[in-house]
Amino acid sequence: MADPLLRIEGLVKRFGGIVATDQVSLDIAPGELHAIIGPNGAGKTTLIGQLTGEIRPDSGRIRFQGTDITRRPTHRRSLQGLARSFQITSIFLDLTVAENVVLAVQAHAGHSFRFWRRVASDRRLQEPARAALRQVGLDARADARAANLSHGERRQLEIAMALATEPTMLLLDEPMAGMGPEESARMVETLRALKGRLTILLVEHDMDAVFALADRITVLVYGRAIATGDPDTIRANPEVRRAYLGDQGTEAADG
Amino acid sequence: MMRPASLSSPSNLAAALILVLLALLPLFAELLASPFLVTLFTRMLIYAIAATSLNLILGYGGMVSFGHAMYIGIGGYVVGIMASHGVHAGWLQWPLAIAISALFALVIGALCLRTRGVYFIMITLAFAQMVYFMGVGLEEYGGDDGLTIYNRSSFGSLLNLSDKRVFYYVCLALLVGALYLVHRLVQSRFGMVLRGSKSNDRRMQAIGFPTYRYRLTGFVIAGMICGLSGALMANHNEFVSPAMMHWVQSGDLIVMVVLGGMGTAAGPLFGALAFLLVEYLLSRITEYWQIIFGPLLILVVLFARGGIGSLFDMLEGRRRG
Repeated sequence: MADPLLRIEGLVKRFGGIVATDQVSLDIAPGELHAIIGPNGAGKTTLIGQLTGEIRPDSGRIRFQGTDITRRPTHRRSLQGLARSFQITSIFLDLTVAENVVLAVQAHAGHSFRFWRRVASDRRLQEPARAALRQVGLDARADARAANLSHGERRQLEIAMALATEPTMLLLDEPMAGMGPEESARMVETLRALKGRLTILLVEHDMDAVFALADRITVLVYGRAIATGDPDTIRANPEVRRAYLGDQGTEAADG
Repeated sequence: MMRPASLSSPSNLAAALILVLLALLPLFAELLASPFLVTLFTRMLIYAIAATSLNLILGYGGMVSFGHAMYIGIGGYVVGIMASHGVHAGWLQWPLAIAISALFALVIGALCLRTRGVYFIMITLAFAQMVYFMGVGLEEYGGDDGLTIYNRSSFGSLLNLSDKRVFYYVCLALLVGALYLVHRLVQSRFGMVLRGSKSNDRRMQAIGFPTYRYRLTGFVIAGMICGLSGALMANHNEFVSPAMMHWVQSGDLIVMVVLGGMGTAAGPLFGALAFLLVEYLLSRITEYWQIIFGPLLILVVLFARGGIGSLFDMLEGRRRG
């Protein structure tokens, strides 16, 4: 593989007696869409948390674009191009849809110690925000209060906010969680359109989506990465089938 | 494309109307031959400035400072102490009142803003109590009994603040300035960070904002504006005492902001006027005016969530059907 964009080496995180991340090592190439799957409690969210800097690993290293970011605070990682969307939708409910995305643009447009000029008339913020909203098909809702969006729309907004920071890599924590089939299909289309343009790490329960989108898949069980490979390899891997896909997963995976 | 920070919303129009009436008030007072009205309303204007500063951090930034009256005291004492040493120049007194308030806000905010929620409320209260007792401890300057100011701040021949009407208009102009300043601040990039951090601070950090330094800056700006209101209050009362920064005063400021409408441009104006008018009218009826004021407050909180400002907007909505 070419130089990986993100390299995880021997990452360990314990919560009391539970090993939530157990010696996970993983390389993700530039432009790759890498999915992480695993049963509930496999440590997927803990892993993402360590990548964003919200959780501090007990040992191991995280390298992003060749530099060690293991001890770097969240906002610095974000500024470096590592954007995340949350598993539990976490938008600014009091603000409009456009303001939500504007904030994301603003975060990467230098410092915000600017006290006088109105954000509403600042093209350098408004235009990229509009563009991000268009990419996820939310531009018609720009002036709605975020609190009034449907669940699916909120997830789309999440992605737009992550995109607005012009990231090199997107960390998506269950973007399809709680979505109906129609909304999921829209999200798959959005992600397909982004695929290849930026590197994506996708944590997702929706097997149809994962097997349709991913270049490679890593299976996490009890904090350990038990297999990594392309969708066909993972589908065929007996250990994965036993540990994770089980009865309910196989038919979804086989499609 | 942003939410109406529009100046033409009903509540802002009402605010503009009130400001025009306030500008005419000294004329009414003369017609009614009751100069006391000017004094009464000067006090309201000064509290409205203090409430405007609190609205910046409480209404827009979600920082419930329970010690905000501290800056009224600090600004007041700077004026009082300087006056007692024979320094009457307003050009020195007022900027210094603002600067010392900024210094206190910087140190206190730097510590308080590491906490959240109830802890933030408690620790701001604790610091305000500390400053209160510092005031009590200033034996040289009257301690608990306070300090009388014999000369109001002097601006040479430009402004004679001993003229009650001149002082009234100075307060009104500074109130309009403070309202406009906060109105612009909250729409700037800086203001977006404040509002975003009120809404969802964790997310703000995830998208790349070191929110602490912006919140601290907001805290300091609010302290400065409130310090100026303290300098005005000292001139108005011609007296300063620790009672100016008693925690009940901080509570009153919070009530004014909530009553007027948190996080709205004109809210502090409505809140301060309504609070002090009701206090004045009720206290003429009974010594125990709070018995009536309390339930009134509960009614506003229950039926007009957005405060008085939202009542104007609701009326407009009803009229439009």
